[in-house]
Amino acid sequence: MTARYLGRKVATLALTLYVTVSFNFLLFHVLPGNPVQMLARSGHFSPAARAELVRLFGLNHPLFDQYLIYLKNMLHGNLGFSYVYREPVTTVMGGAIGNTLVLVGTATLVTIVVGVFFGVIAASRAHSITDASITVGSLGLWSMPDFFTGMILIFLFGVWTHALPVSGIVTSGVTEGLWAHTLDVGRHLILPALTLVLVNAAEFSLITRNTLVDVLVEDYVVTARAKGLSRRRVVWGHALRNAMLPVMTAAGLYVGMILGGAIQVETVFSWPGMGLLIYNSVEQRDYPVLEGCFFLFAIAVIATNFISDLLYHFLDARVRRT
Amino acid sequence: MSDDALAVPGAPAALEATPARAGLWRRLWRDPMGRAGVYLLAVVLLVVLVGPLVFPFNAQDFGTSAASILQPPSAAHWMGTTELGQDVFREFLAGGRISLYVGISATLIAMVLGAGLGLVSGYYAGWRDTVLMRITDFFLVLPTLPLIIVLAALFGQSVIVTSLVIGLTSWPQTARIIRSQVLSLRERPLVQRVRSLGAGDLRIMRVHILPNVAPLIFANLALVLSGAILAQAALAFLGLGDPVQVSWGTTLHNAFDSGAMSSGAWWYVLTPGVGIVAMVLAFSLIGHSLDRVLNPLHGGRS
Repeated sequence: MTARYLGRKVATLALTLYVTVSFNFLLFHVLPGNPVQMLARSGHFSPAARAELVRLFGLNHPLFDQYLIYLKNMLHGNLGFSYVYREPVTTVMGGAIGNTLVLVGTATLVTIVVGVFFGVIAASRAHSITDASITVGSLGLWSMPDFFTGMILIFLFGVWTHALPVSGIVTSGVTEGLWAHTLDVGRHLILPALTLVLVNAAEFSLITRNTLVDVLVEDYVVTARAKGLSRRRVVWGHALRNAMLPVMTAAGLYVGMILGGAIQVETVFSWPGMGLLIYNSVEQRDYPVLEGCFFLFAIAVIATNFISDLLYHFLDARVRRT
Repeated sequence: MSDDALAVPGAPAALEATPARAGLWRRLWRDPMGRAGVYLLAVVLLVVLVGPLVFPFNAQDFGTSAASILQPPSAAHWMGTTELGQDVFREFLAGGRISLYVGISATLIAMVLGAGLGLVSGYYAGWRDTVLMRITDFFLVLPTLPLIIVLAALFGQSVIVTSLVIGLTSWPQTARIIRSQVLSLRERPLVQRVRSLGAGDLRIMRVHILPNVAPLIFANLALVLSGAILAQAALAFLGLGDPVQVSWGTTLHNAFDSGAMSSGAWWYVLTPGVGIVAMVLAFSLIGHSLDRVLNPLHGGRS
């Protein structure tokens, strides 16, 4: 039963990946206005140079052959060559992935803890002033564009108080020793991560609240209370565990959202990650890098969805039995 | 309407079209959060639609000397000046229209697509449902803002392209929500009875299904609208806004690019930013309140 479920999930995953790669090909290599053709057609090249470009990008092949070559390149991890850096796209992205992982990872951990905490507080005092303030506060923060929140933090902690660094990942100049370096990166991390937490925690607090309110009226919760268990123990121990499932299914959507946020936040704070890379490659029309970054983001979201689906399946006995 | 011919005695009140919708607006008004959203929206609309008529913005009005650059708020310039000496308050009043315009047109595209696909998918079920939902799921997992950025970078930055790009990427969740509601509606006794009386698919969808998913569509519409306005702002901030139209996102892009932050020109950043937040918040308060009204358990009756 479980093997069959796994098999079906893996097959869907493979299909999704294949469609994503093909979608990318369609977007960047087939649709009118695609960068490769625009480059080859633009007036800056002599006929000989244009012929060379056409040959280099394989535009002389029929479309279907171009597609096959593209698929083969993707399978070999060849994402193309950056116009600006004059390096393979994978090399360009390699330097940025780690920085984005640090930022997004830290922000995600704090976001979940903070969001779930406030969601539980709101649900356990449902329909009170506390509940209403948390909900309205969440909506207010949710309504802030990531980049604007970042700019406000720059004013508060950078321009006016000089309390924290607001740009880059390390203080320029030499930083002695691993410990000092880590501390320095940590200080640079605070504001960009805080921005992402402020904007995204609302999503978790609202979902947690709404599911928990539903769970708290279920029979087993009432029974646990009737048995004499304290309210706090029932909420945090019994109910929360069951309310976490919908929170987990939101994970896939959340990753898409926080990556969108990372583009804005990395731009505002000059954090040298994938987001800043996307911003720069949009500005310099470095399409191969843009394509590579988008592809990697799509893979990240697809992978998260896959994992959260599997976890959901194994954690929720009700789903497993059907 | 010639609905009477098909009226079934004892049909549940919730299935009657008009009362459900009228009740929705009344309940929105009775919910404090919803009412706050409506008030806020009224203020935002007044500022965005009437403001530019009273205080027109002229992008060529650069002030008279170098002394008029990046000036803090004063009697002459209520919200200070830009790095080019333009009036921030007038630019702010002019910038809201694009946010609103892109938000509304993108949302309309997303709603027609999402509600249409959800309706067809949920009503017909079977292979049509499978195919449509596979497509929906594919677009649902694509990271939205990165996709919007890629599309804008490839296809251009005019207001129309921006609306199309945001609209064409914002429909999957709507399709999912509408579909699951339609799935349960089509099994209801009334719909079954009407069908056995010989009503056609189109008629059933128009008269019996659509009015019942309408409240859900409205709740979702307000939330999609918030998202679309945020997406437009982010695009413009990243330099992918319409170069000839002033919008709040573009103003923030110019502020950031011209070093307004390090000059401490908070008025240049705060003014357009507050505009975006107010407009988005108005729609998300309304959307969230409608959502609560539709799921009474979450909000409770106050």
